Amino acid sequence: MTDRRRFLARAGAGAAALLLSGCSGLSEKPWVAHLLGEVEKLTQWAQRLFAGSHALAPEFSKQDIAPVFRANGTLDPDTADYNTQAAEGFRNWRIEVGGLVENTLSLSLSALRAMPSRTQITRHDCVEGWSCIGEWKGTPLALVLAAAKPRKEARYVVFRCADNMAEADAPEAYYYESLDLLEATHPQTLLAYELNGEALPIQHGAPVRLRAERQLGYKMAKYIKRIELVADFSQIAGGRGGYWEDQGYTWYAGI
Amino acid sequence: MGPFWRRALGLVPAGPFTLVKRHAVVVRLSHWINALCLLVLLMSGLQIFNAHPALYWGKSSDFDHPILSMTAAYGDTELKGVTQIGAHRFDTTGLFGASDVEGVRTARGFPAWATLPGPQWLAMGRLWHFAFAWLFVINGVLFAVWAFSRGHFKRDLLPSRADLQHLPRVIRDHVKLKFPRGPEARHYNALQKLAYLAVIFGLGPLIVLTGLTMSPTMDAAFPGLLWLFGGRQTARTIHFLCAFSFLGFFIVHLVMVVLSGSWNNLRSMITGRYAIEEEGHD
Repeated sequence: MTDRRRFLARAGAGAAALLLSGCSGLSEKPWVAHLLGEVEKLTQWAQRLFAGSHALAPEFSKQDIAPVFRANGTLDPDTADYNTQAAEGFRNWRIEVGGLVENTLSLSLSALRAMPSRTQITRHDCVEGWSCIGEWKGTPLALVLAAAKPRKEARYVVFRCADNMAEADAPEAYYYESLDLLEATHPQTLLAYELNGEALPIQHGAPVRLRAERQLGYKMAKYIKRIELVADFSQIAGGRGGYWEDQGYTWYAGI
Repeated sequence: MGPFWRRALGLVPAGPFTLVKRHAVVVRLSHWINALCLLVLLMSGLQIFNAHPALYWGKSSDFDHPILSMTAAYGDTELKGVTQIGAHRFDTTGLFGASDVEGVRTARGFPAWATLPGPQWLAMGRLWHFAFAWLFVINGVLFAVWAFSRGHFKRDLLPSRADLQHLPRVIRDHVKLKFPRGPEARHYNALQKLAYLAVIFGLGPLIVLTGLTMSPTMDAAFPGLLWLFGGRQTARTIHFLCAFSFLGFFIVHLVMVVLSGSWNNLRSMITGRYAIEEEGHD
């Protein structure tokens, strides 16, 4: 064999070995996750280029509604406070709206229901791969934000939830999520209080959950207690803008 | 070494030969980038599939009627893997539904050796998948632009009338594992041309479009995608079938590469040079 051939054969064998043994090991390296994660910005830019701020998620007809809408994530927060509120039919539930706003708000369920509502039959896409179609009714988040008047510095809307994701003995880690203002003010982004014509069931986030129809399911926070406008979320929990984001999922969940 | 082995290994022929320039540098480069992309995309795709190892037909998931599912069931002593296709159930313990991860029998769709990363890790699988999906698309678009502008498609890949007339003979020769060695080997044969065109203009775009149809934001931007494929879950199933068509193409491709002269083919895809036997020698 010539030197060149020997070199090529070795290079080929080396590359194959590296691929087979290395890829799983590579996943453990923080710089690899970071480098691959940079693609998220490219994806967000490209998707926004085509979808803009107003392209609507497809809406479906009544016949398309799933007989049983699958619930995922927390199915019952089961804290003392939540159980009390649930027993009272959530009549004392309040959603605080604060942070970088001119007017802080404290919305009861009846106040939310008194605002103009939107009803939409949309498809819920879980990051796992499955989809369910359901009819959601709720208050467009844009209306709530307009009432709260976000300050100029506000860029993200953070949703704080009542479900504690931590193991029994670990420090509390309440579910949270965030959207930027473009997605938060999208016409189909709702604070939803009804599913298929009934009050939102506990397993689906009673009394109020987020619907962000152009995003994956993990963005749609359930059991919402507080809505906070912030300039950035790097100081909140793990700093990546959401409970699942802190576990390595991308913040932009349009794909 | 006898002529059969010299050929199978693709070593330089015993008789007179010429080294011709076979693959342009753009073809070689995009070929290997493509190979890497498809490997990473397949394995990370199986990792993503494992998060919900079932396929459906239609707009949404009818959980009670998947067209394919890989589940784990508790047998008498250990976890059993069950693969269901339509109404048919198969015991696939060790391969699909339940397999060993670091020595521990685990419920999972595809086994750890087939997924990237090996253990269940959806977030990381998605990072690999989308990064290499971009690379795959950019590589494919650059190749297509180059190929159109340089006449590669028309000159090298579009079957001529003569090609199509010879198609039955080419198929017979392939079945007999008889491959051209002489001047005929300077060009792709009709079967190669059709296979490459089907992958470049059929399978490639199809797998990208069905992938995009699974994105809720892309469905908002281009609702026509859902109309085209008949719903997100159908698109997901077609995406899966495309991935395995690519795998099938890859296996046939590899067999052909090996049988028609491994080293000669491999060298031509690395250095560009391909050995052609001169007339009169068998």
